[in-house]
Amino acid sequence: MNSSAMIFHEQVITSGRMNPEIDPSLTIWGWEIPLYLYLGGLVAGILFFSAYYVIRHREDEYPTAVKMAPMWAPPLIVVGLGVLLLDLSHWRYFWRLYTTIHLESPMSWGAWTLGIITPLSFLWAAIWLEDAFPRFSWPFLWIKGVINTIRYFRVALAWLILVLAVLLGVYTGILLSAFNARPFWNSGILGPLFLVSGLSTGTAWVMLLARSHGEREHFSRIDLMLIGIELFMIVHLFMGFFSSTEVHVEAAKLFLGGPYTAPFWVLVVGLGLVTPALIELLEVARQKVPVQVPAALVLVGGLVLRFIVLDAGLGSRWLY
Amino acid sequence: MARQFTRREFIKISSAVAGTAALGASGIGCRMPAFLRDEPLPIPDSGVRTPTWCEICFWQCAGWVYTENGVPQKIVGNEIDPHCYGRFCPRGTGGIGAYLDDQRLRTPLIRVEERGKQVFREATWEEALDKVADGIRQVCDRYGPEGIALFSHGSGGGYFKHLLHALGSNNITAPSYGQCRGPREEAYAMTFGETVGSPERTDLENAHCIVLIGSHIGENMHNLQVQEFSNAVSNGASVIVVDPRFSTAASKAKWWLPIRPATDIALLLAWIHVLIEEGLYDQDYVARYCTGLEELRAAVAANTPEWAYPITTIKPHTIRETAREMARYAPATLVHPGRFSAWYGDDTQRARANAILNALLGSWGRKGGFYVPIKTKVPKYPHPAYPEGKSTWREHPEQYPLATSALADGVCDASIPSVRGEERIRGWLVYGTNLPMTLPQPARTYEAIQHLDLLVAIDLMPAEITGWADVVLPECSYLERYDDLRITATRNATIALRMPAAEPRFQSKPGWWMAKEIANRLDLGHYFPWATIEEYLDTRLKGIGSSLAEMQRVGVKEIPTPDHRFYFAAGEAIQFATPSGKIELYSAQLAAMGFDPVPRYTAHPEPPPGYYRLLFGRTPTHTFGRTTNNPILCDTMRENEVWIARNVAKLWGIKNGDYLTLRNQDGATAGPVRAKVTERIRHDCVFLVHGFGHSQPQMPRSYRQGANDSALVTRVNVDPLMGATGMRVNFVTFEPAATPAGTVETARNQAVRVVEREVV
Amino acid sequence: MARYAMVVDTRRCVGCADCVVACQTENRVPLGYCRDWIVQDTWGTFPELKTEIRSERCNHCNNSPCVRCCPTGASHIVEGGIVLVTHNKCIGCKACIAACPYDARYVHPDGYIDKCTFCVHRVRAGKHPACVEVCPTHCLTFGDLSDPNSDVTTLLRTRVSKTLIPQAGTQPQLYFLS
Repeated sequence: MNSSAMIFHEQVITSGRMNPEIDPSLTIWGWEIPLYLYLGGLVAGILFFSAYYVIRHREDEYPTAVKMAPMWAPPLIVVGLGVLLLDLSHWRYFWRLYTTIHLESPMSWGAWTLGIITPLSFLWAAIWLEDAFPRFSWPFLWIKGVINTIRYFRVALAWLILVLAVLLGVYTGILLSAFNARPFWNSGILGPLFLVSGLSTGTAWVMLLARSHGEREHFSRIDLMLIGIELFMIVHLFMGFFSSTEVHVEAAKLFLGGPYTAPFWVLVVGLGLVTPALIELLEVARQKVPVQVPAALVLVGGLVLRFIVLDAGLGSRWLY
Repeated sequence: MARQFTRREFIKISSAVAGTAALGASGIGCRMPAFLRDEPLPIPDSGVRTPTWCEICFWQCAGWVYTENGVPQKIVGNEIDPHCYGRFCPRGTGGIGAYLDDQRLRTPLIRVEERGKQVFREATWEEALDKVADGIRQVCDRYGPEGIALFSHGSGGGYFKHLLHALGSNNITAPSYGQCRGPREEAYAMTFGETVGSPERTDLENAHCIVLIGSHIGENMHNLQVQEFSNAVSNGASVIVVDPRFSTAASKAKWWLPIRPATDIALLLAWIHVLIEEGLYDQDYVARYCTGLEELRAAVAANTPEWAYPITTIKPHTIRETAREMARYAPATLVHPGRFSAWYGDDTQRARANAILNALLGSWGRKGGFYVPIKTKVPKYPHPAYPEGKSTWREHPEQYPLATSALADGVCDASIPSVRGEERIRGWLVYGTNLPMTLPQPARTYEAIQHLDLLVAIDLMPAEITGWADVVLPECSYLERYDDLRITATRNATIALRMPAAEPRFQSKPGWWMAKEIANRLDLGHYFPWATIEEYLDTRLKGIGSSLAEMQRVGVKEIPTPDHRFYFAAGEAIQFATPSGKIELYSAQLAAMGFDPVPRYTAHPEPPPGYYRLLFGRTPTHTFGRTTNNPILCDTMRENEVWIARNVAKLWGIKNGDYLTLRNQDGATAGPVRAKVTERIRHDCVFLVHGFGHSQPQMPRSYRQGANDSALVTRVNVDPLMGATGMRVNFVTFEPAATPAGTVETARNQAVRVVEREVV
Repeated sequence: MARYAMVVDTRRCVGCADCVVACQTENRVPLGYCRDWIVQDTWGTFPELKTEIRSERCNHCNNSPCVRCCPTGASHIVEGGIVLVTHNKCIGCKACIAACPYDARYVHPDGYIDKCTFCVHRVRAGKHPACVEVCPTHCLTFGDLSDPNSDVTTLLRTRVSKTLIPQAGTQPQLYFLS
């Protein structure tokens, strides 16, 4: 018997507001932004490990990570920037980003970080170019001279790139978490989560490219640890929502019974995190497994994660 | 005359004529920012300013149009105009859309037959006016001038009324009588000797207690009325709203009485009973000014609140409390007479009960009730006397003895051979009124149209009526023309000028020009002796000491009436224009005609199981079908929705936002229409905003948007006293419908978020 | 220092959307877009119902998240706390749209981001915003909160008022009187 009374609260916009891309729900960002965030994270991961092992003077132990993988950084960044430009609705003024810096705006941070890391990634790729492609050799003596000089200072450059890579990775998440108007993004965990995810995709990239079993195994271990941290962070993300305000609880419920439940827990967590972790465990336990499988899963899982987080965030709102 | 077409087909005005919207997404005169140049801020209120008065509804607020480069940009109210005091309503503010609408009529059209099909061809004004004059002449020669009738709604219609009188015909009608205000006017005339009038003589602003019966002020956006209502609410007036729906007015009310539809008379009688029984009526006022108290007391003796409760579902103590509240603030208690009153067929009697209640409270002629309006006159432009008409509609009074104006549906009927035989009306001039969506029982309207020799439609938009015309004459919008002076006398006597703010678009012309040209062709030019409209206006204005030049400068001018008293003085002797000279609580006049001298409650049929009574009403951003294609106003509301009680929706499995087809008891359908599932309405009725659901593809903005409630009014209950067609007597049921294609893009859905909380 | 604010008297507001239409003609807002809108909030179950009607727009917040997150400074604050967008600095990244908890902004068809400007062009000429001047029920009041005698200050002092989502920390300057 239904003995409880129902009280209804009906909120209606009666003047027919239907601003394109705002109503009935935000659709301001399509595929461009999640793809860009993903590429940003991937590049951050690639450059991080490349720089890290240069600083640790182990560049010959992990040649793929240090010398091969960064070849991909410039094209990936350029694609990312191109996709970003596509998203801008007033793109002819994009150069305005570089006429000022706004410390309170994560987007400004991102613009400047990208602005610096892009040429640096080209530079970084340039110094390893001859190692990556032995048949290639820089023309002109003066170019060779410049490259060698930079190479000489590569540890300093590596420090710079390391810091910028971390910034890049973390900013992709902070960018979203700074929007407290979107309850689903409004968690401090999002920044670190995206950084770790970026690093994880970076290791997966290296695993795909790596030639030596040792390098593959090393990065499998790193990836395993990173996935563990990611899982931990995801749990915390949801715990944080449930102990927050009503709109945050509602946002979390989108993933626990709502429309994002299956895609997130099956595709991202199941196939994108847990499965590659298990396979990598086997790898660590000296079983023979094709390393491409977990690497591909991690790479795809990272992409799907970005798409889902973007979509769910845009759909969560305070009002109406 | 040999009729050109034995059978009239509906012609869709071709889209080549209608054209594509020039309004792109870049908006009204939007400027591109120059690269790097600091975009200057717009200058406020820039441009040329000309006076006008609004045509979007009948309230006729005076205002100023700002025009830049020959294109009207915005409209604001005239500060000194007592209709609006400087603030237009949303429809008036959006009046620019009437000018900008590219889907309006562009050229005169003449019906021809091409390859076995009837189509419109574009014509010159010469051809079109010649054809109209020929048509009128032929009807007059064979059947006399009474063979021509005019349906008129709108200010330019005055010139066509003048034309018809000059012709010798008195068959002039407006649907606003028989389909709207008629019952109220006759009821008040019976009781107080005077009608309520338009605008209503209600002293809302000073009322301390306001009773609204079905009136949804706030959704009904009659300007000053809303302003005064808002002031009254803000000043703490006690508002009592009687409405099956929780309207905007109800949300501001102290009491909301969700009455069972069709039982309002019972409630009114119960209130009268309480006031008399508890001695709460204004005894001095009634003794001094009213007659028939004892007969009234006897007549309502059995109409106790307990009797009214099962009928109305309003609890007895609520009825008593609200009656006492009314008495507490009397005479500053206004039981609003409403406006649209053609509901159930006993509407004159219901309005009588309303009037009697006001009389008992002593509000007529008192502050906070009904004030005495100022009367004023502006000399007409001299013209020859009209010829005597041979017969008028008044000669068929046998059915509706109290009617003081021609019934539009009556004129419609009078065009059908089976009703009037050879005496019938043969030609219609239809000015600014879309008959298929205005008159109930559209089948009857179409039948009448089929028997016409001549149908001329004069309109701004290609409304449904134009598809049936022989000749379509495109009128320009009110922003593009002069019109006669607006002369109103309510609390102030004012005149207002309308002058063009822009040149007529396309080939459209003002109504006065068309009427004059037709008159010239019918040798009636001497009835339009003025050379230009400016001369006409200037001459009239000089008659009261003003001039066209002055009016162009000020827009509105008050005619001072210093000695006018708005309210009865205490103890003043008043003679009322009734047979007894007093306010007639008991109407011997009605008794003599065989009608109830005091209103009596009669039960009306309830909806059959699975059906719900169809109620319709207004919304603030539209004036029914007149604005549903206005591009600016469409942005705020593109389609209507059917309000369904949540419990009912649950039974049917209908969710908020689902599209439905409504089917009435006779099988007529309307829709698809979006469902609004809400707590704000009773379980036995549904509500629609009137004026949507157009069937004209050449008005794509309004084509098939929402449901056409007129199509569902296939049954009417005719008021036996004055012939009004009670239209709230139809019941509808629901059928699922497919969501119309492109709903999200073309229909302005209203974002809804509904949270259901359980309270244990 | 001036601090402009707008006060909406929900007792008077009938939700007629005149403010919406007037804004559109005053500011040449493209068709299909609106800078302000009407919300009707209804609580209860039949027949115990209560409806509040509000005219809403950009709140010109004191602590505006949109200005904070704009990477180019296109979103900026001028005198009186009015939040504006400089069209030729806006790159259309739409961060401000994501940052606004009131969903008050939209992408103008010309590419830049647009929203209510408190009719700054009218305010600078000593007039009131178009919505305030057109409202037939006089439910909108505009003025300077730093002036102790202004209409808005008086209203806020003498009547109970609220803002929308105060917990978002934006310090909105659109007040609703109950």
